[in-house]
Amino acid sequence: MPPPAVRKILTSKLTKALLFVVCLVPFFLLCWRAFTGDLGPNPVETLQHTTGDWTLRFLIFTLSITPLRKIFKLPDLIRFRRMLGLFAFFYVSLHFLTYIGPDQSFSLTAMWKDVFKRPFITVGFLGFVLLIPLALTSTAGWIRRLGGRRWQLLHRAIYITAIAGVIHYYWLVKSDVRKPVEYAFFVGVLLVWRIGDWLLKKRDTIAASARAPRTSPSN
Amino acid sequence: MPPDREPKLTWKDVTPKEVYYNRRKFLAAMGLAGAAAITGREMWKLASPPTTVEATAKLSFTPGPFNTSEKVTPYDDVTHYNNFYEFGTDKGDPAKNAQNFRTSPWTVSVEGDVKNKRKYSMDEILKLAPLEERIYRHRCVEAWSIVVPWIGFSLNAILKLAEPSPKAKFVAFESYFDRSQMPQAQYAGIPFPYVEGLRLDEAMHPLTMLTVGMYGETLPNQDGAPVRINVPWKYGFKSIKSIVKIKLVGSEPPTTWNMAAPNEYGFYSNVNPHVDHPRWSQAKERRLGDIFRRDTLMFNGYGDQVASMYAGMDLRKNF
Repeated sequence: MPPPAVRKILTSKLTKALLFVVCLVPFFLLCWRAFTGDLGPNPVETLQHTTGDWTLRFLIFTLSITPLRKIFKLPDLIRFRRMLGLFAFFYVSLHFLTYIGPDQSFSLTAMWKDVFKRPFITVGFLGFVLLIPLALTSTAGWIRRLGGRRWQLLHRAIYITAIAGVIHYYWLVKSDVRKPVEYAFFVGVLLVWRIGDWLLKKRDTIAASARAPRTSPSN
Repeated sequence: MPPDREPKLTWKDVTPKEVYYNRRKFLAAMGLAGAAAITGREMWKLASPPTTVEATAKLSFTPGPFNTSEKVTPYDDVTHYNNFYEFGTDKGDPAKNAQNFRTSPWTVSVEGDVKNKRKYSMDEILKLAPLEERIYRHRCVEAWSIVVPWIGFSLNAILKLAEPSPKAKFVAFESYFDRSQMPQAQYAGIPFPYVEGLRLDEAMHPLTMLTVGMYGETLPNQDGAPVRINVPWKYGFKSIKSIVKIKLVGSEPPTTWNMAAPNEYGFYSNVNPHVDHPRWSQAKERRLGDIFRRDTLMFNGYGDQVASMYAGMDLRKNF
């Protein structure tokens, strides 16, 4: 168990409120830059790239919670996971708005044509759409209604979204793939950790069942 | 000299970079010395070269042919949003990283299948033909566009002087490359030096421009100083920057983006709204400063002048 002081900070309402404000900083910075005309020569592209970047970052933050909880034995970190996930959804929604608006002139027909024709749009759109049910079922009520196991299964869709997001970015760039590869690295580490964790658990279960005395009635 | 007449400046009149930057360093040092009261951030700004200053000099020129009447894109946008992969792949990188690029002395070698092989100094190039201002649309393969008042003359002026031999069918161009001056190039993901090419008739077309300036001044480093070409009916990457070599050749020369991704960037790369990039649409483009996209025009709107060169060609195949 972590020291009581750490627990106190992690479980305090203030910490959560503070994190909420911090998560909004990129958004307010963008608003400020838009307001002062500081979005550069191609403001739409700046909005698209910035919201896209923050979507990927928040997906990575969300995916980091479970490993951090287990590695540092800080179970209270779970209190922030939903908020981080919802912020990923918030930034991807803004990202989608900059696409459907300035790029597709709010035309759904144009959007669908684009989604089906361009693999990088298809995969990005898939990642976005998959996050919608997760955002909708993020409440305690929905966890209860679905049951923990089923809810957890559904919310594993975030793995697909994170991978889709990285591919979306990788397919967009012309030749310098450093940034998408950086995101791919983080997403990769977080997913590989989960596979490792799952394998270890499986091994432990097998070991445990092998060690356990056979109590089942032999008939 | 009458006050309304522009002084005739030559390349010799351009303040040498060393002097120019020393002046700035000096000013920055003065600033630093006197800036005890200024915050650290302000000090840093003074000490690091400002990104908006370029060592450009005024040019004298006359209005040229082929001008579009469309609104010219603001100078700051054109100079702070462009691709010049030798100086980094972000659109803002060239403005930041090309500032100390040494463009003097500079020579352009005209060679290959020509009668008169020779090297031209920048001074000689500036005197090859009267300088004209030509306001061209410039359409990037990434679906953004700008309108720029370039200064220069038709490339054919220098080609005619060289007298291409009958064997010459294409023109190969090569950019300057120096790893030590262009350390960011290692991350670009494309081979250097940057090379481009045109068919001889394309190179001889009066629209194709040998460009030495823009917005009334010599080219800023990030826009291809001291000399580049502009081929306004082709995607921007065909308009090679900072040229050191022009070689007349018998067969289609290799071109950088085509080598990097042959299925995405063809040798011709004429602006064509009907042939999409494999990954994105070319039907529309965003003019810098606009929110919504506008329709992209066939041959970037220069079809009347250039379409006949491609008569009978399958432009879908020769993209």
